[in-house]
Amino acid sequence: MLEGKNLAFRYRPDRPWLFQDLDLSVGPGEVVGLPGPSGRGKSTLARVLAGYLQPNQGHVLADGRPLPKQGYCPVQILFQHPELAVNPRWTVRQILGETGEAPPDLMERMAIDPAWLDRYPHELSGGELQRVCLVRALGSGTRYLLCDEMTSMLDALTQAHIWQAALEIVRARDIGLLVVSHDRPLIDRLCHRMAGAFEETSI
Amino acid sequence: MNQADAIYWKPWQWDRRTRTLAQVAACLALFTTIFLMAWLHGDHGLTTHLELRKQAPSVMHPFGTDWLGRDMLARTLKGLRISLGIGMGAAVCSSILALFLGLSAALLGRKVDTVVTWMVDAAMASPHIVLLILISFACGGGPKGIILAVTLSHWPGLTRVIRAEVLQLRTSDYIRLSARLGRSPWWIARHHLLPHVLPQFMVGLLLLFPHAILHAAGLTFLGFGMSPHTPAIGALLSESMRYLSMGLWWLAVAPGAALVVTVKAFDVLGTNVKLLLNPRTTRE
Amino acid sequence: MLHVRNLSIHFTRYALGLRKQEVRAIRCLDLDLAAGEVVAVVGQSGAGKSLLAHALLGILPSNARIEGEMIFRDEPLTPERMARLRGREIALVPQAVTYLNPLLRVGAQIARAARLSGLTRARAVEAAREALARYHLAREVGAWFPFQLSGGMVRRVLTATATVGLADLVLADEPTNGLDRETAAESLKHLRELADAGKAVLLITHDVGAALEVADRVAVFCGGVTVEVAWAGDFKRTGLLRHPYTRALWAALPANGFSLPGPSAHVIRLEGGCPYVSGCLSHGPACDAGLPDLLPADRGLVRCRHA
Repeated sequence: MLEGKNLAFRYRPDRPWLFQDLDLSVGPGEVVGLPGPSGRGKSTLARVLAGYLQPNQGHVLADGRPLPKQGYCPVQILFQHPELAVNPRWTVRQILGETGEAPPDLMERMAIDPAWLDRYPHELSGGELQRVCLVRALGSGTRYLLCDEMTSMLDALTQAHIWQAALEIVRARDIGLLVVSHDRPLIDRLCHRMAGAFEETSI
Repeated sequence: MNQADAIYWKPWQWDRRTRTLAQVAACLALFTTIFLMAWLHGDHGLTTHLELRKQAPSVMHPFGTDWLGRDMLARTLKGLRISLGIGMGAAVCSSILALFLGLSAALLGRKVDTVVTWMVDAAMASPHIVLLILISFACGGGPKGIILAVTLSHWPGLTRVIRAEVLQLRTSDYIRLSARLGRSPWWIARHHLLPHVLPQFMVGLLLLFPHAILHAAGLTFLGFGMSPHTPAIGALLSESMRYLSMGLWWLAVAPGAALVVTVKAFDVLGTNVKLLLNPRTTRE
Repeated sequence: MLHVRNLSIHFTRYALGLRKQEVRAIRCLDLDLAAGEVVAVVGQSGAGKSLLAHALLGILPSNARIEGEMIFRDEPLTPERMARLRGREIALVPQAVTYLNPLLRVGAQIARAARLSGLTRARAVEAAREALARYHLAREVGAWFPFQLSGGMVRRVLTATATVGLADLVLADEPTNGLDRETAAESLKHLRELADAGKAVLLITHDVGAALEVADRVAVFCGGVTVEVAWAGDFKRTGLLRHPYTRALWAALPANGFSLPGPSAHVIRLEGGCPYVSGCLSHGPACDAGLPDLLPADRGLVRCRHA
């Protein structure tokens, strides 16, 4: 169970709080949605849950333990812009090899073309690069996957394919999934339940 | 741009890649020629032939002869070789210092960063030539003095570049992601940072050569560098000053032009290597 | 106003050393655009569609080669003509705030766009003020810097830079990328207003849903090829859509079924015959032979042997 308890975050003491007293949990094999318009703090919350940012208050526990400072983190995150999530001077082969694992069946399921292995990230399209990032994030130590607007830059067919493949793998491995997106129909399709922290309250 | 047709040989075209490679090849050829010819000429430029004094450029002596009958071509080549050697030595030392300081500033915390930035500002605010002369004088001149002087005054530029590059990299998503995938800081530095820093370092080093060479020549010209007995370019130029009013123009023009061409070649080489090392521009 | 026929764009790239590769980004693009209408070019996210905008403005990189015809106002678009019309009669609504100069105030940048489109200095400043008012931005916003703008304001300013001049053809390259529903809807509304005012608007996007909110016609782009030109109303029922790719794209939307016709339906072929091969249920040997022509079908156009 990935749990965030009493989480509060703001970037600087003179800036407003992005969220306060927030509780969120994702169980193994569960698909939880986090809807809401952009710019409200959903991405920041995802980064806090993945250990990229430290919350000002509260704590994050993955399977009962705090997130490790070193070593493989069981919570992995996928970003909206895959081209910023990879080293532009590395080839795709190096990017996929960073975890130390190279699962051929996973690569096949995500339709990673072997011809890409010697290419640079800027030579791949957004959808192809996002698939590479997904394979990288699904190492054997991953227990929870946070998808931060993972497919909002992609067309409908690529989006459907990526999610279908991701859901299959996530179900097989009992990985907990948090879907952050402003696309309400997408979340409705994918998720078992919603975390309503950032929903529009009627004005 | 996903798939591509088969790789094939197309008829030769002058485009960016071929021009770049041609320029790099030309520069390297030039440097090799200089060193080779200097070695071949040996001590030619040091022997005096008093019967051939003050001759204008001719077929026998393409750069003319000086007031002691020494062949100017041989002297210029030897001078270039000496100046190049000193300049390159100084540039390498300076670049290594810059690399060390830049990395320290970016990786070792705020305090170190503040100190290094302060040093950079102080060094850049000081008048360049004065600093060079002071250091060279304090070290007693000669090649050691020049190298030390150039090293201690040229590091700020490259330091800032490396510091900026590494600072920006540290906050990149993929670096933090790498740590989350279990990689140690050493691994990240070796595999992520180094491939970014190394090209910057190499280009910075190549582009520092022209500066260093010119400063070495300049210091020697002013009398603070090499002793006047060695035919370094600066020494050649400073000696030729006396004879210019007599109309012996080739004594200054030949070494001067040779220096400018060589320095420009380094500049061209550095710019082209930069193009080739950037993964985006390298494929066009 | 604009006719594009058989447009193809090739790039020559270096692989290693001196060996070259030729990459075909656009294979065969056909498009018609009249004043007062919004035509959306919809397809896979990638470099193909944006290249169309760059090609119309004449700002492709030097290693690109264009073949085919681009005709604007009954005259072909030559490089010289494009250089003259760029910013004046053909304007681009840029994609993101990074296209604005971070060191100049917003009002000054809009006025500069107006200047570049041919207005006099005094008139340009006035036009900038009018543009700000038209998009409901307070006068003080003109004195702000780009980093002070919120997401929605950025979109309005970017649209203003393109429309402050006298351009009759407006190219909008992925105007809704990364935006939430509200801000995206607002951005699209501006484009609709431009068309209603008599301009021709070309909307390039990967988001079919967004396109349908404001477009009159939709050109579906697959693997570098226009495979269908449909009316917006055709998207009410899958049966009215002509090309298998369009139907698959429509069915893949979360709101419409989120389904894929096959496991590799997203794989598009860039050479040989029809690009949409892996997921097509009516695929036959004739489809590999070569590209069919774009033919009229049912008030629209389709490029398929089995339509």
